[in-house]
Amino acid sequence: MADALLDVNGLGKRFGGFVALDGIDLTVAKGERLGLIGPNGSGKSTLVNCLCGTLQNETGAVVFKGKPLDGLIAHERTRLGLARSFQLPKPFHSLSLADNIRIPLLYTVNARHGHHLSDAAIAERCEELLSHVNLADKARHRPRDLTQVEMRKLELARAVATQPTLLFADEAMAGLSHSEIEEILALLMRLNDEGITIVLIEHIMSAVMSFSTRLVVLVAGHKIADALPQEAIRNPEVEKAYLGE
Amino acid sequence: MRNGVFWAILVATGLVFVVVSRLTIANEYFYYAGYVVLEYIVLATAWNILGGYTGYTNFGTGAFFAAGAYSSVVLFKLPALLLATFHWKIPAIPVPVMIAVGGVVAGLLGLGTGYLTLRLRGVFFAIATLALSIVLQTLIVNWGFVGGSRGTYVIRPPAAPLGGGYIQYLFTLMVLLAVIAVGIARSIERSRLGLGFHAIRDDELAAEATGVPTLRLKLISTTISGALMGMAGAPLPYFVTYLTPTASFDLAYAVNSVAMPVIGGMTSWIGPLIGAILLGTIQQLGTVGFFLDLKLDPTFNLLIVGLLLILFVIIAPNGIVGLVRSWMGRRET
Amino acid sequence: MFTNLFLNAIVAGVLLGGFYAAVSVGVTIAFGMLDIANIAAPAFILLGSYVAYIVNSNFGVDPIAIGVVATPLFFLLGMAVYRLYYFAFERRGEQAIQGLAFFFGLLYVGEVSLTLIFGVDYRFVTAPYIGPSFHIGSIEVPWRMLVPCVFSLIMVGLVQLYLSRSFIGRAILAVSQDPGALQLMAASPTRIKQIAFGISIATCSVAGAFLIVIQQVEPSIGRDYIGRIFAICVLGGMTSMPGMLLAAVLLGVVENLTSTFYGPSWSPAVAFGLLLVTLAVRPSGLLGRQ
Repeated sequence: MADALLDVNGLGKRFGGFVALDGIDLTVAKGERLGLIGPNGSGKSTLVNCLCGTLQNETGAVVFKGKPLDGLIAHERTRLGLARSFQLPKPFHSLSLADNIRIPLLYTVNARHGHHLSDAAIAERCEELLSHVNLADKARHRPRDLTQVEMRKLELARAVATQPTLLFADEAMAGLSHSEIEEILALLMRLNDEGITIVLIEHIMSAVMSFSTRLVVLVAGHKIADALPQEAIRNPEVEKAYLGE
Repeated sequence: MRNGVFWAILVATGLVFVVVSRLTIANEYFYYAGYVVLEYIVLATAWNILGGYTGYTNFGTGAFFAAGAYSSVVLFKLPALLLATFHWKIPAIPVPVMIAVGGVVAGLLGLGTGYLTLRLRGVFFAIATLALSIVLQTLIVNWGFVGGSRGTYVIRPPAAPLGGGYIQYLFTLMVLLAVIAVGIARSIERSRLGLGFHAIRDDELAAEATGVPTLRLKLISTTISGALMGMAGAPLPYFVTYLTPTASFDLAYAVNSVAMPVIGGMTSWIGPLIGAILLGTIQQLGTVGFFLDLKLDPTFNLLIVGLLLILFVIIAPNGIVGLVRSWMGRRET
Repeated sequence: MFTNLFLNAIVAGVLLGGFYAAVSVGVTIAFGMLDIANIAAPAFILLGSYVAYIVNSNFGVDPIAIGVVATPLFFLLGMAVYRLYYFAFERRGEQAIQGLAFFFGLLYVGEVSLTLIFGVDYRFVTAPYIGPSFHIGSIEVPWRMLVPCVFSLIMVGLVQLYLSRSFIGRAILAVSQDPGALQLMAASPTRIKQIAFGISIATCSVAGAFLIVIQQVEPSIGRDYIGRIFAICVLGGMTSMPGMLLAAVLLGVVENLTSTFYGPSWSPAVAFGLLLVTLAVRPSGLLGRQ
């Protein structure tokens, strides 16, 4: 696709003899809500890690906003507009919530051309971002005082603080209660409405089905489906992967 | 407190301390012991910038410290060498210049070591710093120009700038260095750079993912830390007048510069200061028999330091500063 | 004449390398498999040397025999140290810096304690194989190098056998790769790690005995060994015993050649220099980990 936001061609990653990803082709259009599913160990997180620069893929080309990402390391990709939240939240535990948000503002937003937020603007932005996730009253607290769902929200807020064009939400809902899942979904929907393209990596089928405009299925490092959600799950190979023979 | 105000108070304190000491204290021993304690303030503060703030452990303080000391030896011998080889006459190089050069040399050493190893996990950096110390020591031992294993003599100039004895002059310089080190540490702590350091320490992967250029910041941290250590080592040849590799690479520097911030508290500029003053003073007093009239062997001193290090690391990982903070009911940083 | 010197240096280097393997096997287990950077290993090895010295000089027992007999004590010591380490650090998930500082403290306290008790004089042991050598052509093979080398290879072989055949041994290998899976099998990873660390320190007892057979010891020589041990561990690929053996022999040979042709004052730098270069260029070691 000529005007795809993210264009992945033949991406491959091995760990020693183990092939984690085998020639993955993928495109993401601007404004999409892409769902990425697959059984455990299928390579979903590895894919995200390769795209975001945390891991290096051996083969394949990735183009984002028309720019090849080859050779760019993680923080450079983040500055281009590619953000991610981590599966297991990784907050800066010795910093307050406000400072957790301040880091991406100082190091990503302020590092881009043309942007320069003053200290006052940064403080304001921190408060704003925290109140979007209902954490403004805990701005001075440390991450250890947060509940599970609050940690997930902080994780997302921190990723959003980088003002991304594309956000990978990596299993942000695992282990949460039904209402908490609704909360996170609503948050992601709102972010999408505001213009952020979202790739949702998830196990919770109900959430993925209701959220995604398109569904990609990964099994053992291969992409076996890429279609509208209703179509994708009716694909016999997908059924086989999830339900067995 | 605004940074500018802090610097003003810090410089004023240093000035007052120097002036009052030199006007009232005549006991030479005060200046010798004071020099050593001040030296440790610089080393502990420098170590903490890389260790406490950024999370990377340096076991090779001796390497950076000695780099400063030996670059001074080279500069000391340079005029004679130039005269003999090229018949160029240059004046003796003043100690402040040596300090600056020592800082640059050690800073480059830090940059180089960092560049080689900081792309790996922290534990490899720590091991590499241990390695660095030994490699550098071996190089110096085999370098005849600076005296090799037999050491070298350095002659103090006949008169000290600013009048008074030479040891008082070195003492004054070391107060200046301590002021610089503590000032830099606090400035970093409050700055964007410091926040970046802390992010790296807390979770390097997440820091990188949120836009922090981790490798660049780690290199900056290593360079600043190394440079300060080199500056602390630069006046050493004039202090001891007879310098040997064993003395300058002494494991005591490595252990103390780890123990003092750990015991004092690694999260703030106050910790290394407290640790250095406390442990440094106790060690100095111990050597002269202050405690129960026992003239404590310096080796025994270091055993205590080592045991305290282990104890604090297990029981009070946030050091004295941490203990005080939790005692006062406030949360630890 | 040169060839003679060269050959002798190589042979001595290989024998030295065999000994270096004994010295490094403990850290290969601790660091390679348990991810515990035990930089205090030289202190434990020296402890083994001094234990051999005390018993040998007072009762005349063979030093290597002492080393072997003392292994249960060192094993218990290792388990105790791991307990402390676990209680203080692993359990709390503390930053790596404090764990490192702990071992650094141990290394340091160990050296200083030995200095205070035994002083800085060189100590040595006596045994019938210390002193004489035999000759293969023009190559001299000192018995005091050969005997530790042979026993070292036996020890490394036994450790490897244990790790790959026994239940606990295989559990140790499993825990190094996936502690989670082990918990699912209802074996406690902590207990397994404790045993593994115990074994790692137990090897130090024997390695220490080898050390004092090969050369005279005094407390500060431990520092030279940190570089050697970690250079061998990293070069050997961290977890692989065969890799470690290869790296040990390589280091022994390079060190000995340097010493013979450039003088002994350069040899401490060899190991450390090699380590720095390896870390910079090929951190996964000779036989690669990935």
